Amino acid sequence: MRQPLIEVRGLHFHYEDGTPALNGVDFQLFPGETVALLGANGSGKTTFVLHLNGLLTGEGSVTVCGMRVDKDTLPKVRQKIGLVFQDSDNQLFMPTVIEDVAFGPLNMGLSRDQAVARARAALEQVGMSAAVNKAPYHLSAGEKKRVAIAGILAMDPEILILDEPTTFLDPPGQRALAELLDRLPQAKILVTHDVEFAMTLANRAVFFANGKLAGEGTVTDIVQRFGWNQAHWRSQSCTSER
Amino acid sequence: MHHVVLEQWSRRESVLHRRDPRAKIVALLVFLIAVATTRHGFLPAGAAYLTMLLAVILWARLPLWNALGRAAVVLPFTLVFAIITVIAGDVERAGLLLGKSYLSALAVLVLVSTTPLPRLLRGLELLGVPRFLLMVAQFLYRYLFVISEEAQHMRVAAASRRTAKAARAARFRAAAGALAVLFARSYARAEAIHRAMVARGFQGRFRLLSMLRFQWADGLFLLAAAAAPAAVRFAAEVRL
Repeated sequence: MRQPLIEVRGLHFHYEDGTPALNGVDFQLFPGETVALLGANGSGKTTFVLHLNGLLTGEGSVTVCGMRVDKDTLPKVRQKIGLVFQDSDNQLFMPTVIEDVAFGPLNMGLSRDQAVARARAALEQVGMSAAVNKAPYHLSAGEKKRVAIAGILAMDPEILILDEPTTFLDPPGQRALAELLDRLPQAKILVTHDVEFAMTLANRAVFFANGKLAGEGTVTDIVQRFGWNQAHWRSQSCTSER
Repeated sequence: MHHVVLEQWSRRESVLHRRDPRAKIVALLVFLIAVATTRHGFLPAGAAYLTMLLAVILWARLPLWNALGRAAVVLPFTLVFAIITVIAGDVERAGLLLGKSYLSALAVLVLVSTTPLPRLLRGLELLGVPRFLLMVAQFLYRYLFVISEEAQHMRVAAASRRTAKAARAARFRAAAGALAVLFARSYARAEAIHRAMVARGFQGRFRLLSMLRFQWADGLFLLAAAAAPAAVRFAAEVRL
């Protein structure tokens, strides 16, 4: 029987002001899978993925690569799970691209030479070798996203989590990103509103509503079941206008 | 933006760019102390200090007139104090204030324009500056551009909704509100950045890629760069 890379059982989380964000989420991710997390704004998708590498801690259990996520396992868990944030500017905080991409490997305890080698390899993987000495604010949105992904790949994770990866990207940038992600062998979780992007990459989708998993299936199945199709929404909107 | 230009200059190639940042920082400190403590005969001494800086700017292959213009950014601030000093009846002191502040700004500009920020911060760290202060400086430098862009977007958004000429009080209130929003956004961004750092294994200590090696050429440079302003300083005193 296949062992899941991520196993979440009965995850609950309340914000400090008491607002419930997650109300008993159960979830599994298996090797090689790409899962799209769909759902409305505020449905708990991002809150959920922040639990997977211990940035938030709720009630219930989160297990990553056989390790229960807690204070003792966090450094190892964060090597296993690479989190690519929505706004690349928040992720690219070092003065140059190479320093930023090497930030994770250096924190893992690698030597400077090893960290540079990892960083260069990761930049090559995402097609950004030419930007090694550039400052992050000189890059376009698409280039920033690639460098942000390189920063995660340099840590050699087994799982990639991408939060709204297509935000700020134009259609060619989105296509290029989809092609890049498709080439990467890691299991992936995509938090997205972009149904087409999810359909291109994900072989499974889960739908979040009110902090719970309201449904699970293929992307097409979920989109139809929850009316999450933009074309469907547009046709309804036009009908009501008539 | 100002700091983007300086950043580009700092990544150029010259003998001065290659010097160890510690040597440049200590040389700058000596220069600043020499300028600040020159009380008598400032006109010839000031001319000598300026000549040194001009020589260094040319040596570092920085655009001379552009650098001289950028250093003048401090003058509006010191001009206020200079005017107050003139009103108080001390014209000579006002001249000293302007001259010293301009020379100091130009010297700092030369350092920043010939040393990439990571190396500069590393040099300061090795010279004992608290790491926390350096981290604040690094993030301020990195995100100044992003925050100013956000402020620009907010300004455009406000302008697009301004239909009639608003009263000064209303504009002031709107600007104060925008400032508060900008502060809140910056705070949220800071939290997001911290989260991104922690997600990549950050545990409170920056490990940098650049290693610094103090070589004999750096020692020679430091010796010369410190001796020259010190000599001018003492010559100015002795001539008196």
